[in-house]
Amino acid sequence: MADCSVETRDLVKRHGSTAAVDHVSLQIKRGEFFSILGPSGAGKTSVLRLLAGFERPDEGEILIEDRPMTGVPPNRRPVNLVFQSYALFPHLTVFQNIAFGLEMRRLPREEIESRVQAALEMVRLGKQRARYPSQLSGGEQQRVALARALVNRPAVVLLDEPLAALDQQLRQEMQVELKAIQEQVGVTMVCVTHHQEEALTMSDRVAVMDRGRVLQVGRPHEIYDAPVSLFVARFIGLSNELTGSVVTLENGMCGVDPSGLHPSRPIRVRCLYNVALGDRVTVVLRPERVRLSTETRPSGDENVLEARVEKAIYSGHELHYLLRLSDHVLWKARVANGAGDRKRFAAGERVFIRWSADEGVVLRA
Amino acid sequence: MNAPVPSDPITTSVEPGEGVARYPGWLLAPGLCWAVLFFFVPLLIVFAVSFAARGTYGGVVWTFRLANYADLLHPLYFRIFAQSILFAAVTTALCLLLGFPLAYYIARLPRRRQGIWLMLVMIPFWTNFLVRTYAWMFILRTEGVMNRLLIGAGLIDAPIELLYSDGAVVLGLVYGYLPFMVLPLYAAVERLDPALVEAAWDLYASRWSVFRRVVLPLTKPGVIAGCLLVFIPSLGAFITPDLLGGARSMMVGNLIQHEYLVVRDWPLGSALSFVLMGFLIVAMAVYYRVDAGMDRQGSQP
Repeated sequence: MADCSVETRDLVKRHGSTAAVDHVSLQIKRGEFFSILGPSGAGKTSVLRLLAGFERPDEGEILIEDRPMTGVPPNRRPVNLVFQSYALFPHLTVFQNIAFGLEMRRLPREEIESRVQAALEMVRLGKQRARYPSQLSGGEQQRVALARALVNRPAVVLLDEPLAALDQQLRQEMQVELKAIQEQVGVTMVCVTHHQEEALTMSDRVAVMDRGRVLQVGRPHEIYDAPVSLFVARFIGLSNELTGSVVTLENGMCGVDPSGLHPSRPIRVRCLYNVALGDRVTVVLRPERVRLSTETRPSGDENVLEARVEKAIYSGHELHYLLRLSDHVLWKARVANGAGDRKRFAAGERVFIRWSADEGVVLRA
Repeated sequence: MNAPVPSDPITTSVEPGEGVARYPGWLLAPGLCWAVLFFFVPLLIVFAVSFAARGTYGGVVWTFRLANYADLLHPLYFRIFAQSILFAAVTTALCLLLGFPLAYYIARLPRRRQGIWLMLVMIPFWTNFLVRTYAWMFILRTEGVMNRLLIGAGLIDAPIELLYSDGAVVLGLVYGYLPFMVLPLYAAVERLDPALVEAAWDLYASRWSVFRRVVLPLTKPGVIAGCLLVFIPSLGAFITPDLLGGARSMMVGNLIQHEYLVVRDWPLGSALSFVLMGFLIVAMAVYYRVDAGMDRQGSQP
């Protein structure tokens, strides 16, 4: 592929009898921020270590900038890894840490000096150049690790859980900063994370992995709004679910009769994937798409389900509701705490859940 | 990832810094009394003797003179000192060369298997040192195992003189003190974060550069500790050169033993002991200065 920075073809890595990486084929475009998202043990770090060259694939092939990487050791690959623990050299200063790669490539002194200085300024650490890593805060260490990779101008920067060691607020700041730096430099970044919000915020595209397999690759909104499986739906954010069977099917919409509930008409949902009449399916709806009202009758394409408020939680910017639809079905709703005219519901109240047909998605159960 | 560690009152109370204030000073007393009575006082006696004169039939005549130290300037003593330092230095270098790969290998094994390997390193300690040195005599002598193996392999035609040589002494010393090198090196490598090695490798460093620029600087305290632990006893060794060495392979340890037990010149033996100690104190001082320098750089976690 012409504009491909990283390509993996049927990559397999086995640890004993289990496949940590199971036939992974990815095509990562030049200049793209690509995240590999999955729970721990999904094999995402193994993919990263294969790309870096620390491990050899049992099957398949890796191409970086169209060059096959088979047999190429890490020190000869045009990639640099930002380690989860940062792995800064404790005996070297910030400057020496960042200069390490350039020195290993025997660049002239003056060029090293100017490139390291530029990298330091890019990550706003110009004043800390003579410090040792132990004298820096977590966020500063993170930026040194990033600068140490970027200064080499690699084809690809690999990031292993880059923000996992930072606290919540710093993590959100760094998400924005990391993305800004990536866009400014234009480098391809491959980021491994188990944090779905992080992946959605920073990435151009996301690959969701589980048990060594890639389940879905897509833009953040595709992954979030159109998950291909229940696993993806559940892993990327909260989801409300209803199981039932397909009773109607017409131009991309299907009607689902939910088991255990008795709505006045079948629930209408977008049909993204092939389903047939009579199939057992699960309707998935994100909690923030749930609207609550006292109005019973549906208008237009809307679905309406009756529920009882089990719990109402005030969390500042949002109101969280736990809604009991039936003995077995409990839904969550998140309503922005904005307009003053919106009614707030209390526990025990009867409400009607409303959402329009194109907001939910139907998946095979 | 900083997972919150549940604070355990028992483990927290013995953390360094807090423990110092908690434990009363009298706990030191037994050890301190022992050290003063059986180490420091005898040392003072030896120090006093080193300035005394030798009695006609051995023993000590209490005077104060520097002649014992002046006698040590004799070229013969100088040669023995120089030879001892050379033997000890070569032994230390060989132990480092052999010990580093071994320590690195053990420290990178799965934790379960590290214990077995460390035990294998230490098993020789369970046998008397003298017995083990005799075993080396058995291996090295003209009709010994080594000569038979070499002849069997067709490398030599007739037995060669392996025993009673400088090489045999160094071999014996390396054999005897290798564990002292491996253990501190193992501890140092074990503390080295494997990610640092990978980071250097990822940053275009060759295997050799990884070792020279990252592994070696970060395990330096272990290297220095190991070198001292090998160098010091090697310098004062006397069993090994006595049994494995030739007529000219005498070391300071043999000389001191000779002065005390054969010549019965205790004052000269004492002076020799103190000069030897002087060398070791200098070696220690060098170690602590380097070590303190490393601390300032923040290399120790």
